[in-house]
Amino acid sequence: MSLPRPTDYGTPAKESDKYVTLEIDGVEVTVPAGTSIMRAAQMIEHPIPKLCATDSIDAFGSCRLCLVEIEGRRGYPASCTTPADNGLKVKTQTPKLAEIRKGVMELYISDHPLDCLTCPANGNCELQDMTGVVGLRDVRYGMNGANHFTEGTDLFMEKDTSNPYFTYDPSKCIVCNRCVRACEETQGTFALTIDGRGFDSRVSPSQMEAFMGSECVSCGACVQACPTSTLIENGIIEHGQAEQRTTTTCAYCGVGCSFDVESKGEQIVRLMPNKDGGANHGHSCIKGRFAWSYATHPDRIKTPKIRKSIDDPWQEVSWDEAIQYAASEFKRVQAKYGRDSIGGLVSSRCTNEEGYVVQKLVRAAFGNNNVDTCARVCHSPTGYGLKQTLGESAGTQTFDSVMKSDVIFVIGCNPTDGHPVFGSLMKKRIRQGAKLIVVDPRAIDLVKSTHIKADVHIPLRPGTNVAVVTAMAHVIMTEGLHKEQFIQERCDIDSYNMWKEFVSREENSPEALAAEIGVDPQLIREAARLYATAGNGAIYYGLGVTEHSQGSTAVIGIANLAMATGNVGREGVGVNPLRGQNNVQGSCDMGSFPHELPGYRHVSDTTARSQFEAAWNVQLNPEPGLRIPNMFEAALDGSFMGLYCEGEDIVQSDPNTQHVEAALRAMECVVVQDIFLNETAKFAHVLLPGATFLEKSGTFTNAERRISPVRRVMAPIAGYEDWEVTQMLANALGYPMNYTHASEIMDEIASLTPTFTGVSFEKLDKLGSVQWPCNDQAPEGTPTMHIDTFVRGKGRFMNTLYVPTDEKVNARFPLILTTGRILSQYNVGAQSRRTPNSEFHSEDVLEIHPTDAEARGIKDGDWVGITSRAGETVLRAVVAERMQAGVVYTTFHHPFSGANVITTDNSDWATNCPEYKVTAVEVTKVSQPSEWQQRYREFSRKQEDFLANAVAKV
Amino acid sequence: MSHSSGPDSLIKMANQIGSFFDSFTDRELARSEVAKHLSRFWDPRMRRAIMAYDTEHKDHNALMPIVREALSTMPAPPPNN
Repeated sequence: MSLPRPTDYGTPAKESDKYVTLEIDGVEVTVPAGTSIMRAAQMIEHPIPKLCATDSIDAFGSCRLCLVEIEGRRGYPASCTTPADNGLKVKTQTPKLAEIRKGVMELYISDHPLDCLTCPANGNCELQDMTGVVGLRDVRYGMNGANHFTEGTDLFMEKDTSNPYFTYDPSKCIVCNRCVRACEETQGTFALTIDGRGFDSRVSPSQMEAFMGSECVSCGACVQACPTSTLIENGIIEHGQAEQRTTTTCAYCGVGCSFDVESKGEQIVRLMPNKDGGANHGHSCIKGRFAWSYATHPDRIKTPKIRKSIDDPWQEVSWDEAIQYAASEFKRVQAKYGRDSIGGLVSSRCTNEEGYVVQKLVRAAFGNNNVDTCARVCHSPTGYGLKQTLGESAGTQTFDSVMKSDVIFVIGCNPTDGHPVFGSLMKKRIRQGAKLIVVDPRAIDLVKSTHIKADVHIPLRPGTNVAVVTAMAHVIMTEGLHKEQFIQERCDIDSYNMWKEFVSREENSPEALAAEIGVDPQLIREAARLYATAGNGAIYYGLGVTEHSQGSTAVIGIANLAMATGNVGREGVGVNPLRGQNNVQGSCDMGSFPHELPGYRHVSDTTARSQFEAAWNVQLNPEPGLRIPNMFEAALDGSFMGLYCEGEDIVQSDPNTQHVEAALRAMECVVVQDIFLNETAKFAHVLLPGATFLEKSGTFTNAERRISPVRRVMAPIAGYEDWEVTQMLANALGYPMNYTHASEIMDEIASLTPTFTGVSFEKLDKLGSVQWPCNDQAPEGTPTMHIDTFVRGKGRFMNTLYVPTDEKVNARFPLILTTGRILSQYNVGAQSRRTPNSEFHSEDVLEIHPTDAEARGIKDGDWVGITSRAGETVLRAVVAERMQAGVVYTTFHHPFSGANVITTDNSDWATNCPEYKVTAVEVTKVSQPSEWQQRYREFSRKQEDFLANAVAKV
Repeated sequence: MSHSSGPDSLIKMANQIGSFFDSFTDRELARSEVAKHLSRFWDPRMRRAIMAYDTEHKDHNALMPIVREALSTMPAPPPNN
């Protein structure tokens, strides 16, 4: 028995202040003006037959199945394209309509193979359903005329199986156009079209190319929209229709899409984006929808392991022995080097509950504050900058807010690759007419792609964000484009006066800073005027802002711009950090930073600390602990000798790899808890198996502060959810933890965190998701922050002096390397590399401008050595026009690429967030891997052998 | 903590903090913000190291004046355990 499909209303919901009342089949119904008759009919559960309509895309009116009769009107209008209106009397079922519909279906079926019993869509096919609904019993035209399904005939086309995740079978196509429209309207890629005319028409990726060779980005919107098996998931072809559905939250990027996992037993058949998902509304990207097979990859760590030295083979041991060994080693290290000599890291990929328990373990069981998270290396400047200015370390809006923006200001982020589902929403708004400003060294897709063009693109020199935002503030203030009344009412006036005087100085004008920024100052003036005057202005930023020596300054500068122009506190505006990983926001909320308790309360805050001390029955340290880079320094210094690392891969993801390796080698006890032998685990003494998001319960909090449930679909492969492992370690260390379910951890979080007091698993089951603050004042959450007043009271302006980075180009290192991501891979790639996504991006490459390539004799595809002050690595070159001359770019998804061998120790002044985005390098043509790559391959091979040959301890 | 790379990286980090607040026209505010930042974000062993450097290098000191002024107002950090 296949799963029932979610209700499809046929056309999208409409918002309107006006309502209209009509009668459908004698039943009165009131709907917002603009609603289709089809949707209105479904609302009263009088479904109208349909094929080309689905409620994720606009009505098209081509299938002629949804015709209705309207009293007083001639003919048979299509209910999908006819809006409801006051006083209409509609009939959805009459003998004449039945006859027309049967005739339509007869024509469809005359060109459709009658192989329903063996068709993968059997049991979940809209064409099959409609054939049944209209009662078609025979096809008068026979099945022997011209058709698309008889092999060897002119119209027959072979199946396209080029995409690893879905199959295109043209013989099943009814040319309803749903896939084409989903690609356009939902995804915004415009990769599909209908090729040919009339009866010859067929869906065409790009220009009749195979899907893999086309512009398709494999988001799956077309597959989801297809009413037949023309486009269908390979999971369905292989496993048949699913029998269970579990709603959970994606474990990839910070968009936090809601998915229905469709399964039978523990076999996952497919993931379908949840139509009711607050962040994604039924859309997805290639990673979330398709790239989950890593969960059952043979590389999964299934048993705990220990060893004395990283030069020893692993020994497989029981959970109890591994936990006792880890605890005894941590105790030994603390006895030898002091209580502050160990610490813990928890990945921002882990759940809120896991993050909370790890920081509790560190603070209560380790007895110090040496806890950090990988948000350190991505959005810690957001936490600092927004807390200082607005008063809360979080974005201000919902994702949907962008649909009310008049001007969208994108700086240092590449949403179509990094946050694809939100990128699609943003593109939809831009196609509707919103203005667009892009500040990025590269001509990213948003600068120019199908039906998208930035009104202003500032191709700044990497490292000059602060100069740009300060110069924009100069223009806004000196040209009087600011909102004085908003500032006077909402902001701290002393700070405003200081800042106003500062930015108005001539030295902060676009003309004065243009040489540093490397652009025409007029571009900055245009951007400032557009942002300040075009209506609702919304700023979106990412790691291109934060991962700089002035990352926090740039975040502060962004907040200054929003406050000065009154673009905070309502829909359509705001300051929107696009978080890197799925739970960056949540890990920060949960007190995973060494200076803050859950809810962003400083450890020195006696009132807050006392609450935790009472609840946890332990005395807490009031001094901040070590941040990740500080831990490395302290390890090399001999004062930090033990680390518990859950789900994070610091060797691959943190800068200056050789420095990180040396720090880990210096430690006496490294405990890694992960789903794979990641690069950090190769330096570990204890390896504890982790669980994927499909194997546990908990919550993730996305970039819009949306807390969404993570639900267990299958049992943990090694027996335990991650919080259970941390709990066992705490107990072994003598600090009791006794949670029996993740929901109890959330209950404790809610009891101790003012912005979470209304959050519970029960509420999430009821509402689907909720945006914090969620408490007595806002029991159903807070979509928009700072509405009447800033969280800190008065908004605080701060001066943002541009200070050039120390990482300067010179004759030896004349190019700037900047790093980033690609759509199909995710961060260190531990998950996505172990899926067919690697067919889309099998290696990291170096993008270089044609001029720079030519000057060095480099051709597309050549191996090139990239040397910085920190190290050297070798990658394949891709000569790319989208780069600016003098700037090269790579990704860091593959461990042997060594992108972080060349990044340096430079970091943000306030948070130590690494300066990944600016590294001075030289690029030369080479013929062999770098010395580091050769050495690391050998080391890695040895470590993999140790794992493969692990023996059970006797 | 003497810091593995010597005091250089701590000096650099402290001066970066100093550079941000140095543009505040209210000098007293700038000084207190630098001190507050170091106290709230630096582990005591880091604070001890930078203070020791400042004390030991009274004459030839690579720290910005605003940082030195801030350090002079800060209490000695507690010992690490």
